[in-house]
Amino acid sequence: MCLIIYIVRSNYTVLSLIILLVILFAFVYPQAVTKIAPNFKFPTKPFVLGLDLLGGTHLVYEADLAGVSDSKEDAMEGIRDVVERRVNFFGVSEPVVQVSGSNRLIVELAGIKDVNQAIQLIGETPFLEFKEEKPNAKEIAEAQQKGERLDEDPFQATGLSGQHLKRAQLVFDPQTRVPLVSLDLNDEGAKLFEDITKRNVGKTVAIYLDGVPISIPVVQETINSGQAVISGKFTPQEAKTLATRLNSGALPVPIKLISQQTIGASLGSESLSRSLKAALYSLIFVAIFMIILYRLPGVISILALIIYVLIVLAIYKLMPVTLTLAGIAGFILTLGMAVDANVLIFARMKEELALGKSVEASIKEGFSRAWLSIRDSHITTLLSALVLYLFTTSIVKGFALTLGIGTIISLFTATVVTKTFLSSIAGSWSEKKKWLFG
Amino acid sequence: MKPIYKIMFFVSLVVLVLSFGALLVYGLNFGVDFTGGSAMELEFLELRPSVSETEAVLDSTLPDLEFLANPAGENRVIIKTSELSEADHQKIIDALGLKFGKVDEKSFDSIGPTVGQELRNKSIIAIFIVLIAIACYIAFVFRKLSRTLSLWAMNLSALVGLLHDIIIPMGIFAILGHYYNVEISAIFVAAVLTILGYTVSDKVVIFDRVRENILKGDKSDLGIIVHKSVMQTLVRSINNTLTVILSSAAIYFFGGESIRYFALALMIGIFLGAYSSIFVASPLLVYLQKRKK
Repeated sequence: MCLIIYIVRSNYTVLSLIILLVILFAFVYPQAVTKIAPNFKFPTKPFVLGLDLLGGTHLVYEADLAGVSDSKEDAMEGIRDVVERRVNFFGVSEPVVQVSGSNRLIVELAGIKDVNQAIQLIGETPFLEFKEEKPNAKEIAEAQQKGERLDEDPFQATGLSGQHLKRAQLVFDPQTRVPLVSLDLNDEGAKLFEDITKRNVGKTVAIYLDGVPISIPVVQETINSGQAVISGKFTPQEAKTLATRLNSGALPVPIKLISQQTIGASLGSESLSRSLKAALYSLIFVAIFMIILYRLPGVISILALIIYVLIVLAIYKLMPVTLTLAGIAGFILTLGMAVDANVLIFARMKEELALGKSVEASIKEGFSRAWLSIRDSHITTLLSALVLYLFTTSIVKGFALTLGIGTIISLFTATVVTKTFLSSIAGSWSEKKKWLFG
Repeated sequence: MKPIYKIMFFVSLVVLVLSFGALLVYGLNFGVDFTGGSAMELEFLELRPSVSETEAVLDSTLPDLEFLANPAGENRVIIKTSELSEADHQKIIDALGLKFGKVDEKSFDSIGPTVGQELRNKSIIAIFIVLIAIACYIAFVFRKLSRTLSLWAMNLSALVGLLHDIIIPMGIFAILGHYYNVEISAIFVAAVLTILGYTVSDKVVIFDRVRENILKGDKSDLGIIVHKSVMQTLVRSINNTLTVILSSAAIYFFGGESIRYFALALMIGIFLGAYSSIFVASPLLVYLQKRKK
């Protein structure tokens, strides 16, 4: 404590560093702020955890674009839109659906319980469904107008769905010229449709596509022709697209699941608590090692290391970096690497002190002479991180990212921060206590 | 140069040859993310069935399936198969759950053969790119030194050192894979590239010292200058290596099953990196440099 007060009195740069440290700490660990001052509103942002820590699934689909003559990119966009709509059903927070390369689609669902069901829904052909009113549909509808029971669906399944579809096509209403999608049902479908319309005359029947009602006509009479019409306030183009999608199975081209990586939620939380423990131990090990070896400068380097930890964690929150198991491993590893520059500097300082130079001169020399080696080692590590980021799977990318960020930030903390602290404590008193510096 | 360099250099050579041998004989035990196929880790909440009981259920559920079942931890079983369809995957879980009580699926990976092949290709390319980039960087950093030391000699000795640092861990993992069923998964590429990027700096630090000593006007024999430089940088080399090994050890002991061997690979590689900059790259530099003259 005395040491800190001494430092603060002597140098404004140090003061500002300490203020920075406090702000960073509050940002990284807002729970502490809430504990001390419950009413103080500090801007918070959570860490983003990856699939392997939350539990979830990473799916890679490959689209068969052989039959696509025009823009393949459009076809991929089309697939993405359809899959995205379907994925949104699972109630998973922030699902990822993205096109990768020329014909791949990556789907990431964090915290999903039933992966099997998700896979079935994603890969399925379009989900066209006819639904009729529930007996209490009016009640639900009235409640919903008041903003209640919003998660209830006033319609129930009828068993008539896209699999009973023979053909869909774009037609126009002969009177109003409004574009419509006409559906030809097969025999079984026609029978079902007849029953549905018979028991629902005067009521509404809803046509759902991928779980969303697109048309809710009122049944005028029993229909036994096996012909239904969707009038969803389409433009002619939209009606045509819908008809094509229904005919071809909603997905513009077929997709195939080529890779699945699923982590159970229990394993995820187990990994998370373990890796946090590992991070803590890594910090403690390195701190003990540095302080035993380098005494006062060792303490300073650990101070710099703590600032490093806070800056890096804040960056993870701000960017945000999705933290995976590999990513946290990268972070833990950089705790050991971040003090490397300090080791180089302090070793040089020791040499200069041994030559009989003053503490201040030794600090200065130590930094300037070690700089080239520090620069070289950071650049080569950064090179590896960069190549790794470009050439690996998404799960390992997290490692490359935390390694890269760590390398850059530690270059700052191990040099600038350490030097600021060291130069501000070194004064006339330190000449008498050279042993403190190594 | 002192005889210790010669002795250690040959020790390294022998270990290197043994590692090569292990790689050739056993090969690496690649995980499904490289080979393609499926792997599931199941936890039996009641009693874990024996391997043969598990196999019996799998055989009767999917008679044509090729698989490998291994116990893991206290109550877990890892089942590796050729690529499974989602339907077959569910069949296996249902069948095991029916027979042995509640099953919790910890993880399931199913990788198509093309995806595995791609990862293998990409990994090899990545390793080569890093090696080339490092060589270019060394050439760039020491371009002004080319009058005193040959760039070619420095690069070659650093690269041989680096290959030493990654081939020996690979050999060790070939042995671990053969006898303890330790698998090489995608994250090992991360370990290899990190070892390369990190340990090259040990070599650069020594070369840097050699440069400094030569520029200071040291006219002694190169072997003596290199030895002097090694001794001057020895302590920091060891300390740097130790801090990173400490961090990796924290991952190894506390970080959990799935990254334990990744941490082990890092520890071995980073230790070897420090060792090889002293006993492989340095004597090689002296040898190559002298031969040139």
